[in-house]
Amino acid sequence: MSTVIPPATRGRRERGVTSARNASLAWLVLPALAFFVAFALVPLLAVVVLSFCRWNGISDISSISWVGLDSWHSVLTDPALPHAIGVTLLIMALSWAFQTPASILVGVFIAGRQRYRALLSVIYFIPLLLSSAAIAITYKALLDPNFGIGPGLHSDLLTQNWLGEDNLAVGVLVFVVSWQFVPFHSLIYQGAIRQIPASMYEAAEIDGAGRLRTFFSITLPQLKYTVITSSTLMVVGSLTFFDIIWVLTEGGPADATRSLALDMYIRGFRANLMGPASAIAVLLVLVGLGLALLLRRLGGTDATASQMEGV
Amino acid sequence: MDPRRTSRRTFLGLAAGVPLAGAGLAACGGTSGPSAGSSSSSGGSSGGGGGEASYWSLSGPPGEPIRRATVDRFTKANPSTPIKLTLFQNDAYKAKIKTAIGAGQAPTLIYGWGGGGLREYVKAGQVDDLTSWFDQNPAVKSRLFASSFGAATIDGKIYAMPCETVQPIVLYYNKKVFDKLKLSPPQSWGEIMALVPKFNAAGIAPFSLGGQSRWTNMMWLEFLFDRIGGSDVFKAVVEGQKDAWSQPAAIEGLTKMQELIKANGFIRGFSSITADSNADQALLYTGRAAMMLHGSWSYGIQKSQGGKFVADGGLGYMNFPPVDGGKGDPSDTVGNPAQYLALSSKASPGAKETAKKFFTTGILDADEVTGWIGTGGVPIVNGADTQLAAAGADAPFLQFVYGVASKAKVFAQSWDQAMSPTAAETLLSNISKLFQLSISPQQFATNMNAIITQ
Repeated sequence: MSTVIPPATRGRRERGVTSARNASLAWLVLPALAFFVAFALVPLLAVVVLSFCRWNGISDISSISWVGLDSWHSVLTDPALPHAIGVTLLIMALSWAFQTPASILVGVFIAGRQRYRALLSVIYFIPLLLSSAAIAITYKALLDPNFGIGPGLHSDLLTQNWLGEDNLAVGVLVFVVSWQFVPFHSLIYQGAIRQIPASMYEAAEIDGAGRLRTFFSITLPQLKYTVITSSTLMVVGSLTFFDIIWVLTEGGPADATRSLALDMYIRGFRANLMGPASAIAVLLVLVGLGLALLLRRLGGTDATASQMEGV
Repeated sequence: MDPRRTSRRTFLGLAAGVPLAGAGLAACGGTSGPSAGSSSSSGGSSGGGGGEASYWSLSGPPGEPIRRATVDRFTKANPSTPIKLTLFQNDAYKAKIKTAIGAGQAPTLIYGWGGGGLREYVKAGQVDDLTSWFDQNPAVKSRLFASSFGAATIDGKIYAMPCETVQPIVLYYNKKVFDKLKLSPPQSWGEIMALVPKFNAAGIAPFSLGGQSRWTNMMWLEFLFDRIGGSDVFKAVVEGQKDAWSQPAAIEGLTKMQELIKANGFIRGFSSITADSNADQALLYTGRAAMMLHGSWSYGIQKSQGGKFVADGGLGYMNFPPVDGGKGDPSDTVGNPAQYLALSSKASPGAKETAKKFFTTGILDADEVTGWIGTGGVPIVNGADTQLAAAGADAPFLQFVYGVASKAKVFAQSWDQAMSPTAAETLLSNISKLFQLSISPQQFATNMNAIITQ
């Protein structure tokens, strides 16, 4: 948020600046725009085109043949699709519901200026530095039903078929994903909380508000836009979870964790059906875009407006 | 309205979509992007006016050191026509090679298992027809097991050079565990089912299984189908006979499979164990599981990773036992008749020449043959059996594998390799559901029949 607000106000203040400056600013956008077009828009369009074609991913590009809506028909009538959508939404909902409160609490904690909290927050930040694949491989070894941490410690509680039972496997995925990303969201919240003016808390204290009351009446409302930003990242990000799920379960047991992203990969690169895989990719983009826009709507009409009224 | 602000909002909206567009790319990137292999391949396939050929194959024991040594020897003997070897983990390789071929970045030598996967490359025109080359070089062909050419032959033409070892699927057992409980290895399916409660009562899993890899589960069905109804049962599937999966023998095999699973015949958590990590084999040599159905290559893995387990004679092995009342020939086996090297049609002429020279002088040279025998593998070279007998401690296993492979009335190719990749994926995903007990044998048959009629 803090990065958005200052330029917005400056923009308003300097409206009279010459158009020459605007032109030079436009040039500065070019490199980023070129990358965006080359690596986001062009592939996106190619995938849309591919979803109307037949290609096995092996033969030459010249052999790709136009088949119209065949791929879309086969994907949309496949009973596996509702299941994959269900799994995707379930993982999305659970990881949001778990990560958001956890991140806010951790964020509040590490926003404190005490030295030991700074130390803890550094340690806590470590998961974010690890690659997803490495995290997944580590958890897979830890959760192995025969050689993992449970059998190692002779603990019956920890000796579960963690990745071999449908519900447990989904739970484990949500936990591992959260373990990786809660530090990131905590950091966002920490920054936002430190931006809340101390004068608000001082005023609340004078009015006799306790800690809980300040949290719910000042901290949370002030975090509204941060919650929306963080939720957008979580929701849109969870649509594309692939590496962690792939390494931990490959979509299994059976198809219990076969989300849309995995379904896309399996169809494309295991079953050699690039058309249907592209159709699912297009679906993913549409759903993601829709969710991102919806979340922005929820944030009110003008998300860039200042939250600092009355200060 | 402030135009600058509006455009920023639009841009933010677009930016929210960026990770998504990236998603499709990222998924591909996982297989084709970052690793060193893709860059090295270009030397062989497109860039090379010279004679350098590229060769992708599998990493890990027991094959990795032998593949490296064979290529090193060839490159040392032919410094002007080197071969560049890049190795990948099994499952990663299967995904990566497809992407590379589709992107026109295939290595000169494409390692594979023949059958349906090779047929796909042939249909796409990505591999060279080697029939006339084999006709001109009859010595290369006659040197190898005749049976190894079956899976390399598509519509009467040979598209790949057989290499490495013959790999039937073997029923392994831990002799120490059997001795401790005073039990003897099963001679029939009935005895298998009778052993299950005894091992479970002793706190030992009857069978180890790396079920997440799925083809591990498939090997069970391959044997059950064959032992119950003979080799014609699966042949009907391959030939596209209507409702072939609903044959009584098929349904009986699927039902027996689920009976074994329901009786806790497999290790706890088998559906989350991968074969690539060799954890399934570790369960056998550590004595946590009594038996395991696995490829003959597992002998080499257990020998190199299981400490003294194999050396001390702890490992027992046998062909899959008959099913009581079944029609199948108990000498039948399934597995990989050989491994295969296809020649990329996109490779430069120089690289192709190098590859063919490698076929003639490099592949399965005397040192490589000795190397494979040393790991407990039976190379597909005629007359190697005399060498097998002299292989010291490994001789009994080698002669056993040689016997199984040469005496089998039918040596069927693994199902997922015999079928097209698209059909194989449907098969494997239904097999994992069958093993998870989330579909019945009848539902399995219905799902699989549906792709036959397509």
